[in-house]
Amino acid sequence: MSAFQFLWFLLIGVLFAGFFFLDGFDYGVGMAAKTIASNEAEQDQIIHSIGPVWDANEVWLITAGGAMFASFPYWYATLFSGYYLILLAILCGLIIRGVSFEFRAKGNAKTKRVWTTLLAIASAWVPFFLGVMFISMIEGMPIDANGNMHATFFDYFNWFSVVGGVALTLLTYLHGLNYVALKTVGQVREVARNVAEALYYVLYVGLVVFALLLIFKTDFFSVHPLGTAITVVLIVVFAVLAHVAVFKGKEMLAFIASGLTMVSLVAMIFVGMFPRVMISSLSAKYSLLIQNASSTSYTLTVMTIATICLLPFVLAYTAWAYWLFRKRIEMPTVKPLEGY
Amino acid sequence: MDIVSLARFQFAMTTVYHFFFVPFSIGTAFAIAIMETIYVRTKNEVYKKMARYWGNIFLLSFAVGVVTGLIQEFQFGMNWSDYSRFMGDIFGAPLAFEALLAFFMESTFIGLWTFTWNKVKPGVHALFIWMTSIGSMISALWILTANSFMQNPVGYTIKDGRAEMTDFFALLKNPQLFFEYGHVIGAALMMGGVIVAGLTGFQLLRAKKQPVSDETKYIYKTSMRFGMWVSLIFAVLTIAVGHAQMQYLIKEQPMKFAATEAIYKNTKDPAGLALVGVADQKNHELKGSIEIPGMLSFMSYNKFSGSLTGMDEVNKDLTKKYGKYIAGEKMNYYPPVNTLFWSFRIMVGVGMWVALVSIVALFLTRKGKETLYEHKWMLWVVALTTFLPFIGNTVGWFVTEFGRYPWTVYGLFTIKQSVSPTVSVASLLTSNIVYFVLFTALAIVMIGLVIKELHKDPANIENPQLLEKFMDPFDKGAF
Ligand code: HDD
Ligand code: HEM
Ligand code: HEM
Repeated sequence: MSAFQFLWFLLIGVLFAGFFFLDGFDYGVGMAAKTIASNEAEQDQIIHSIGPVWDANEVWLITAGGAMFASFPYWYATLFSGYYLILLAILCGLIIRGVSFEFRAKGNAKTKRVWTTLLAIASAWVPFFLGVMFISMIEGMPIDANGNMHATFFDYFNWFSVVGGVALTLLTYLHGLNYVALKTVGQVREVARNVAEALYYVLYVGLVVFALLLIFKTDFFSVHPLGTAITVVLIVVFAVLAHVAVFKGKEMLAFIASGLTMVSLVAMIFVGMFPRVMISSLSAKYSLLIQNASSTSYTLTVMTIATICLLPFVLAYTAWAYWLFRKRIEMPTVKPLEGY
Repeated sequence: MDIVSLARFQFAMTTVYHFFFVPFSIGTAFAIAIMETIYVRTKNEVYKKMARYWGNIFLLSFAVGVVTGLIQEFQFGMNWSDYSRFMGDIFGAPLAFEALLAFFMESTFIGLWTFTWNKVKPGVHALFIWMTSIGSMISALWILTANSFMQNPVGYTIKDGRAEMTDFFALLKNPQLFFEYGHVIGAALMMGGVIVAGLTGFQLLRAKKQPVSDETKYIYKTSMRFGMWVSLIFAVLTIAVGHAQMQYLIKEQPMKFAATEAIYKNTKDPAGLALVGVADQKNHELKGSIEIPGMLSFMSYNKFSGSLTGMDEVNKDLTKKYGKYIAGEKMNYYPPVNTLFWSFRIMVGVGMWVALVSIVALFLTRKGKETLYEHKWMLWVVALTTFLPFIGNTVGWFVTEFGRYPWTVYGLFTIKQSVSPTVSVASLLTSNIVYFVLFTALAIVMIGLVIKELHKDPANIENPQLLEKFMDPFDKGAF
């Protein structure tokens, strides 16, 4: 394995982590719009809090997918063709969520309610299927000698992957609630905090089940005992930290900690997989490795240079955009909100 | 039904749909950027109102453009996994650049632009839409880099059964890219102009039934002339680049060229241009054609002499070069001739028509002699022209993509080799149906919402309550 191959494996992990940290709260906020708002003005207020940024956050997923295609085409090909129907489901969710902001804002009162509901459903749908996909992936899938996957229903959906899907949905929901608490004033801020406070107990149960399944259903603890243990502990620590912060009303800390919970989850997946990118359940020798799934070192070099030159600008204007919109969102009363 | 046909159908359906919204967004973003710039320069409120008014429609198109683009990116892995394995080393770099350089820029600045009307200085606000517009054009550059490689592979070697990139800059210097980019961007910007002018045509028709205020009328008239200027300039550019592209095709992809002209046998010298006709694909001849003598020679070589190679001879060359069989598959190097022949004619027809309508409309709306606004039928002509660039863009891609048959990557990799080996007919059928239903629903909602936006009065587009004092975005107290 060359240094570039390792670097790109790492970068894909970073991109997915960035995606869950950033777009993660968009899903949570989408769910919150339906679950914690008591009237339309509050829905507007909640959705407005992510209005200017959600699209850029989604680009983290597009970039992760693109970077995977670019740096590990064999991984991309096996994963995307193997998870055909799951990805179709994810795409439908992304499509409906993606148009709902604009369609909701420009429709009439009745269609507006419909789009709010669709937004909330799609926002739960996407992280659930992403969770199912990633968790079944780390269990190992029936991949043959040519790198093609021949999976059946129960390879995709089993106890472990469904728990994973639910856990991820819950994590994004909590992350979104913390974001709402951080970015709004008034009623919804209180409700978001109270709901988060209670839901963390549910999450703890989920995490325990998840950790047990991780031991029995994957080889992570035997392949990388230390790395897996550390990342699992980090997941728990950040979850507890976020919970404590919610109690204490430290909204920024709660938000960052709930984001880092998901980052730790991604880290666990990538640590456990290393040096594989797809685990074959048929035979260890059919697993796709970083070493033989990647692009040539020439292509990786070109992309590394591009990333080093461009990423700072992306991060700079992203930060600037967040800074511009740093003010808390009030509930719209007399004046309608601009944008969505 | 086999997986290859289903996957091809899906690619055609999803990209054509995506490409309704892509040039729509690129074109209107650019038009709006110019409107806002004029507003910043002249402080003429009319241009600001225009920018807001068309901006709402642009946002709708952008939203659908984004979500259909997601399908594109996933599709390569889902339906064309062997293609992804073969092309990943080449395709990857442009796609990564596109995301880093373009998608982030577009999506961040469109967020800023949407949410900061009247909150930042007009100049800064105009900068946001320029960044969005430039981002979308950069995005087109990278994706077309990948597409150009598929039409004309450069800067690679074949190793271990895949194409490996050896020279990144060769990809960017691909002559195919040069033409393709100019042509696509030209067509998109032209479309922006046509949409502004054409939809205004509908507005003016409506204003005949329900009288509008003078200010509204003035905004409509300004939009009309503005849109027509934009469409004229870029129609001319598109036609010019398209013409050059055609001459390039004669040299680089003679089969595609011969098929767009339905030439089976080598032509006489000088060669005539067939305006209409039906290719008889069994007997290898063009039936019922009407020709302009010598015109094809002129279009091809800029002089009234010279003959062109027919498909039969090109087929012989290709068979000699690549063999009768590739990967156990019997090869047929003839693309779908009638599709290419007619697609090409429709595309060129659209270009000429738009240029013509723009010139006439500009003439008939000149100061003092505004006859265009008096005649309903003239307004109808302008209004209905709105839809033509959509057709032109689609059939243009038909020429490019069907003309590549039977290759996915020209000369290197065939369509049959590209498809995912594991995907079942049932999965593909499901996804085709799901996309079809989704697209239909999106189109209905989108069209309904565009009509709703059009019913708003551009003169009152600004909400007076929102007019606050400008804030400096770098100031601590902003927002
Ligand atoms: C000539 C231009 C062009 C062409 C040929 C294509 N696209 Fe596109 N694409 C754009 C120009 C564009 C754009 C104008 O930049 C869009 C439209 C709306 C938007 O946000 O960006 C876009 C959106 C868009 C998005 C969503 C971006 C976002 O969320 O901001 C993705 C993932 C793709 N495209 C991917 C593709 C792929 C894989 C294509 C190849 C088949 C493709 N596009 C053809
Ligand atoms: C710019 C990036 C594009 C890439 C990389 C690309 C790539 C491909 C691929 C891989 C296929 C399937 C294999 C094949 O049939 O050759 C295909 C087919 C097709 N594409 Fe594109 N395409 C692009 C843009 C477009 C656009 C913008 C349109 C139309 C608006 C389009 C229209 C089609 C059609 C109609 C087919 C089916 C042709 C056939 O089945 O032979 N393509 N393209
Ligand atoms: C007289 C005018 C025109 C000429 C001579 C012309 C020529 C061409 C040629 C030769 C191609 C195929 C290129 C290839 O396969 O490499 C093409 C493709 C295309 N055309 Fe045109 N065209 C004209 C007008 C238009 C107009 C008006 C539009 C849009 C409304 C348009 C949109 C397209 C698009 C989107 C493609 C596919 C992308 C590409 O390969 O560039 N064209 N055109």
